[in-house]
Amino acid sequence: MRVVADHDLCLGAGQCVLHAPEVFDQSDEDGTVVLLTETPPGEQVEKVRVAVRMCPNAVLSLEEEKEEDAPVVGSSSSSG
Amino acid sequence: MRAPLPPASAPTPPAAPARSAPGHLPALPLRRDDPLDPPPELALIRQETPISRMTFPDGEEGWLLTRHEDVRAILADGRFSADRITASSPVRRINFRPEERPGLMLTMDPPEHTRLRRLLTPYFTTRRMQALAPRVERIVAEHLDALRAAGPPADLVPAFTLPIPSLVICELLGVPYADRARFHAWSAASLSLTAPEAEVLAARDALKSYMRELVDAKRRDPDDALLGTLIRADNDLTDAELGGIGRLLLIAGHETTANMLALGTLTFLTHPDQLAAFRGAPDAADRAVEELLRYLTIIQFGTTRLALEDVEVHGRRVRRGETVVLSLPAANRDPAHFDRPDELDVTRPPSQHVSFGHGIHQCLGQQLARVEMRIAFTGLFDGLPGLRLAVPADEVPMRDDMAIYGVHRLPVAWEE
Ligand code: HEM
Ligand code: SF4
Repeated sequence: MRVVADHDLCLGAGQCVLHAPEVFDQSDEDGTVVLLTETPPGEQVEKVRVAVRMCPNAVLSLEEEKEEDAPVVGSSSSSG
Repeated sequence: MRAPLPPASAPTPPAAPARSAPGHLPALPLRRDDPLDPPPELALIRQETPISRMTFPDGEEGWLLTRHEDVRAILADGRFSADRITASSPVRRINFRPEERPGLMLTMDPPEHTRLRRLLTPYFTTRRMQALAPRVERIVAEHLDALRAAGPPADLVPAFTLPIPSLVICELLGVPYADRARFHAWSAASLSLTAPEAEVLAARDALKSYMRELVDAKRRDPDDALLGTLIRADNDLTDAELGGIGRLLLIAGHETTANMLALGTLTFLTHPDQLAAFRGAPDAADRAVEELLRYLTIIQFGTTRLALEDVEVHGRRVRRGETVVLSLPAANRDPAHFDRPDELDVTRPPSQHVSFGHGIHQCLGQQLARVEMRIAFTGLFDGLPGLRLAVPADEVPMRDDMAIYGVHRLPVAWEE
């Protein structure tokens, strides 16, 4: 499973960080979402789904992938 | 706990007032049966129809939406504007005047809104707000010490629930806390539905000049708090905008949390089973705070949006220029979205309540409010053992007359 964030829409409400702090952070520079990993490990998936639902501006989405093995941790995609 | 909703065919509760003369459209239902529940008429409307026509105190006609899904959809829909200068208000409130607008992102649409929100967002991130926890803990501890030193009984509003968020937002913004008596009075007048118009406008003007003087002083000598930091930073904010930002954050930053703390405390004291559940588990506080936000929905009249074009909503045509009322309390009790919506359950899993709004205006200060509520509720019930109401629950004066719901006073006692 891959998490995708549309940075232009992010308004920094921080719901994602609240619900899945291992996967989302907010940039110190502009407060927008930072993905700590794009492919969260299995035990994080439920929290990520909650974060996606809670986001007030539909910034986040999930792309289901077939077989996801080793998660790529640390592939940060900060915009700021 | 409330009885379940009556079926659609049941008569309206006999106590429901006739809110309009025959042949006239109804106004927003305001009469509560239970001080912790929204007006029962809202539930009947939500059950009967997704969108209904209503009148506003200014004589205009518009629309009322009560269902969770619809409220969220409209708040995320760019065809509806947050403009509060031309929109009608569902209760008697005096609209913002154009000269009050600079800096008030709450009443702006993109791209104007985006510019201001982007400038402020970095200062309100989850991590930054959580980093304030030790300071909030100290502030809470000091107020508990003072309460214990004075001994029971006490009114928690002036002694605990109002000062804590006021001090926190003052420190964050760089507003002298010593000036609190003045801005508390201005804030109370601005949020009152019953104060004479002249008084409301005078209070708003006084706050506006106060904040402009503060901005002038910070221009000369910027400190490290938020207003000073915004002045030093590389941005193009005007003094009028800085003043507007200061006013919005000062008022939104203390009145809301203060009322959640007082109303939440009353709720815990009248629901001992829920208090036990909250105190029973070390990590129960976060869920409890979310559930109190949902159940109590202190933005009691909801929020409004103005249609920028004709929009079809559930088969009705909302015309350009018409105001739509989004009832946050009704949406937060919608049985189509929440299990047992009228039941307070502090163990409820995360539930998409709309107490902080939704869409691009979703509350900027929500992470701060969460930190304050978690620490203050925990500190209060740990610090004042045997806390109880010092008057019967039905004698606690409720803020039916204010834009933000809560209690005017909260007399309590505890074991010394
Ligand atoms: C429990 C406490 C609070 C509640 C229930 C609350 C509720 C809300 C709601 C419902 C909105 C959206 C209004 C709309 O869309 O029309 C909002 C926006 C806002 N709130 Fe809060 N709020 C709280 C605490 C705070 C705090 C502590 C601050 C400041 C530090 C704050 C600052 C703001 C600002 C600046 C906006 C406007 C955001 C924008 O327009 O983009 N609020 N709040
Ligand atoms: S919840 Fe959505 S809007 Fe808020 S910070 Fe995360 S991605 Fe951005």
